[in-house]
Amino acid sequence: MADLRINLAGIESPNPFWLASAPPTNSGYQVQRAFEAGWGGAVWKTLGDPILNVTSRFAAVSFNGQKVAGFNNIELITDRPLEINLKEIYETKKKFPNHAIIASLMVEPQQEKWHEIVKRVEDVGVDGLELNFGCPHGMAERGMGSASGQVPSLVEKQTYWVKEVAQTPVIVKLTPNITDITVTAEAAVQGGADAISMINTINSLAGVDIDTWNTIPHVGGKGAHGGYCGPAVKPIALHMVGECARNPRINIPISGIGGISNWQNAVEFLLMGATGVQVCTAAMHHGFRIVEDMIEGLNHYLDDKGIASVMDIVGKSVPKYSDWGDLDLNYKIVARINNDVCINCNKCHIACEDTSHQCIDMLKDENGRSILRVREEDCVGCNLCSIVCPVDGAIDMVEIPSELPPMTWNERQAAVGAIACGVDSVKK
Amino acid sequence: MTKAAIARISLDDLSRNFKEVEPALTKQEAIEEANRCLYCYDAPCIQACPTGIDIPTFIKKIASGNLKGSATTIMSANPVGASCARVCPTEELCEGACVLNSSTKPIMIGNLQRYATDWAIQNNQVLFKAGKKNGKKVAVVGGGPAGLSAARELAILGYDVTIFEADEQAGGLNTYGIVSFRLPKEISYWEVEQVKSLDVEIRTNTRVGEDISVEEMMREFDSIVLAIGMGQVPMLGVEGEDLEGVYDAIQFVKDTKTKPILNDLIGKRVVVIGAGNTAIDGATCSVRLGAENVKILYRRTIEEMTAYDFEYEFAKQDGVEFRWLTAPKRIIGDENGRVAAIECIKMQLGEPGADGRRSPIPIEGSEFIIKVDAVIKAIGQSRYTSLIEKFGLEHNGGVVKIDLNSFQTSNEKVFACGDVVFGKGQGEAMVVTAAQQGKLTAHAIHRQFSESMAEATGNQ
Repeated sequence: MADLRINLAGIESPNPFWLASAPPTNSGYQVQRAFEAGWGGAVWKTLGDPILNVTSRFAAVSFNGQKVAGFNNIELITDRPLEINLKEIYETKKKFPNHAIIASLMVEPQQEKWHEIVKRVEDVGVDGLELNFGCPHGMAERGMGSASGQVPSLVEKQTYWVKEVAQTPVIVKLTPNITDITVTAEAAVQGGADAISMINTINSLAGVDIDTWNTIPHVGGKGAHGGYCGPAVKPIALHMVGECARNPRINIPISGIGGISNWQNAVEFLLMGATGVQVCTAAMHHGFRIVEDMIEGLNHYLDDKGIASVMDIVGKSVPKYSDWGDLDLNYKIVARINNDVCINCNKCHIACEDTSHQCIDMLKDENGRSILRVREEDCVGCNLCSIVCPVDGAIDMVEIPSELPPMTWNERQAAVGAIACGVDSVKK
Repeated sequence: MTKAAIARISLDDLSRNFKEVEPALTKQEAIEEANRCLYCYDAPCIQACPTGIDIPTFIKKIASGNLKGSATTIMSANPVGASCARVCPTEELCEGACVLNSSTKPIMIGNLQRYATDWAIQNNQVLFKAGKKNGKKVAVVGGGPAGLSAARELAILGYDVTIFEADEQAGGLNTYGIVSFRLPKEISYWEVEQVKSLDVEIRTNTRVGEDISVEEMMREFDSIVLAIGMGQVPMLGVEGEDLEGVYDAIQFVKDTKTKPILNDLIGKRVVVIGAGNTAIDGATCSVRLGAENVKILYRRTIEEMTAYDFEYEFAKQDGVEFRWLTAPKRIIGDENGRVAAIECIKMQLGEPGADGRRSPIPIEGSEFIIKVDAVIKAIGQSRYTSLIEKFGLEHNGGVVKIDLNSFQTSNEKVFACGDVVFGKGQGEAMVVTAAQQGKLTAHAIHRQFSESMAEATGNQ
């Protein structure tokens, strides 16, 4: 049994699986049920001045029959009075002293407002704070959430205000609705944040009903953009976590969020630099019980690899994540088709023929049976054929030994530049 | 025999015919199927499983790639879960209850269960640890599904467990009684190994009442679990039963799993008497041994047949012929004392008997003769009544009487589960129910022990 405990900027929890600030963490009843199911921590649904909500609130995107490939919501922060939330946080923490409870906070960008709420939530014994600078809908129209999270100076200033009074670690939750998340992440660091979490939801419109012409979801025939999350956003989230993790100026822990549905997804985020993960959509789809497999699967994974503690894998893939200019131009792979396994759907052929490099031939073998063969000299190793192939093991991407030593674009440009400089110096 | 059946059966290499019929799911099939599962909450499939396996959870774990966890979820609820993945009548149990029956088509739960447990078998996984010893000793008589299940559960709870097994190997029905092409004996052996790995001692080739006396056992152990199952097929009570070429179906199947496959049934005509699952096994084994024609004779009709529907379909696909309302009258031998023919009589159904089934009545003058080379008897199983009596237990025609909640027999130290308590309105004769009874028996013993401990401490 590996040690699954994490310590994220001083916040300890029995495992790296936290519920993200969202509908599942709306009340003490829910958070206690989650802890009983095994969740290691919970970020309480964002506290602030209570708001009014609308119905309906959620919409999901099905992809080829798979439900909830993506999820969209227009629900706002908590609609319950602060006093009630605080009382329930206190009771929950008392019942589960070893679990992490983090209060998500959102108030208007004013120093005294931040000071007041930080003091009040810390009084009931939370383990940390998460500043919601990410919610993209509704609250943003009032200058909060992603509206302030998109302005680096506001991120820095508000983080600073919180840090002026906070006794517990402060996590800044970042919005992905920005060109370069490392800019706001750095602003959070400048403001004194102890950790960052990402990503909040992405601006989205789940769909349009082609019969009624209403938006999906709609509120009495009118819609507004929401926040997108769920499995569909995982690659976007993973990228943002990776960019922050490899940035030397962002030297604080990361809590990874975005489409994490199982232990394997969690491992990916941990490897890419997250110290723990937060989950929402998967729990909303299946209930809190999914955490059992997450914990067990992670445990077996670590045991199989002989790794004693989950903290030992944090960031292990970060050194492998770089810029395009650092990739080896002389590395070569080609596709190889195993005709014994191939079921002759010809999808690789047409994908290559129409949309890639026209190097998969449809042939007959000596018995007249259809076979597919890659002209390796023309194959650029793009992976497309193996991506569209529906059968495991029918297409292998195999490494071809290069005659040339590794050479990246940056190295090549430097070499070319050196020669050019040399020529110039001769001219002089 | 149908052409399709002939095409499936090899006469050149009979042993090939005994390889597992149902192919394993590929990884891709398993993952696609696992992802089709809705992961219902309070799922009806769990309710329908006699051992209450958390089916959606083990399937979710296949989808996430946590195969060890998946196998653990299965085996913790059912210590013979790898065998049950193959032999359970899933369409009557979990798959029959799957909510997708009402929308698309049910999840292949049995095959997914096999996928996860096969992974554990192929990767030599040991899934459980023995509990901290509590100083109590329990003897389990019989190493079949019920006995193994009780032993496994008791060992986890900290009991010092010894299994007494009359046969050469433990596993009982799973090892010897279910045809190889449904359940290879290696699967059963793995389940036995899982139990052994919990420090359970298994004394094979040991007959209770002969190699160890009942008295000694009662002295040595704090509790005894009687899980001795049932015995051989009883006598038909007709002339010619002792001729060469008359087989007991249970022994007949056991031979195909323990002895080299012989060629002596190739081209022969076989009749099987009875229409339960063992009769089907006898018939399909005969087909696989190369018999040219195999008939099942049953004195009632298809309505009263006790074989599972899928077994009946399987036999038909093997080319087995069914003769309903047909009972044996005598077996006719040749000059060498070998079976040459069987005389049968047509039956009609009369009024329902005590068990609710309409009883067959011979039609006078309807006798006819079928020329056969072998007769396989599969009309049920006899009871180990004398052993039950050596334990001094109350029984009803060899069916040990138990308290249905505690599995306790008339002797408070002796518990009974599995086929030994099946019949006369008690229990059900499935591997999966035997496994569940074994588990519950272990829990009952533990409850008794815990209560006595509580009393002892209370008195201090």
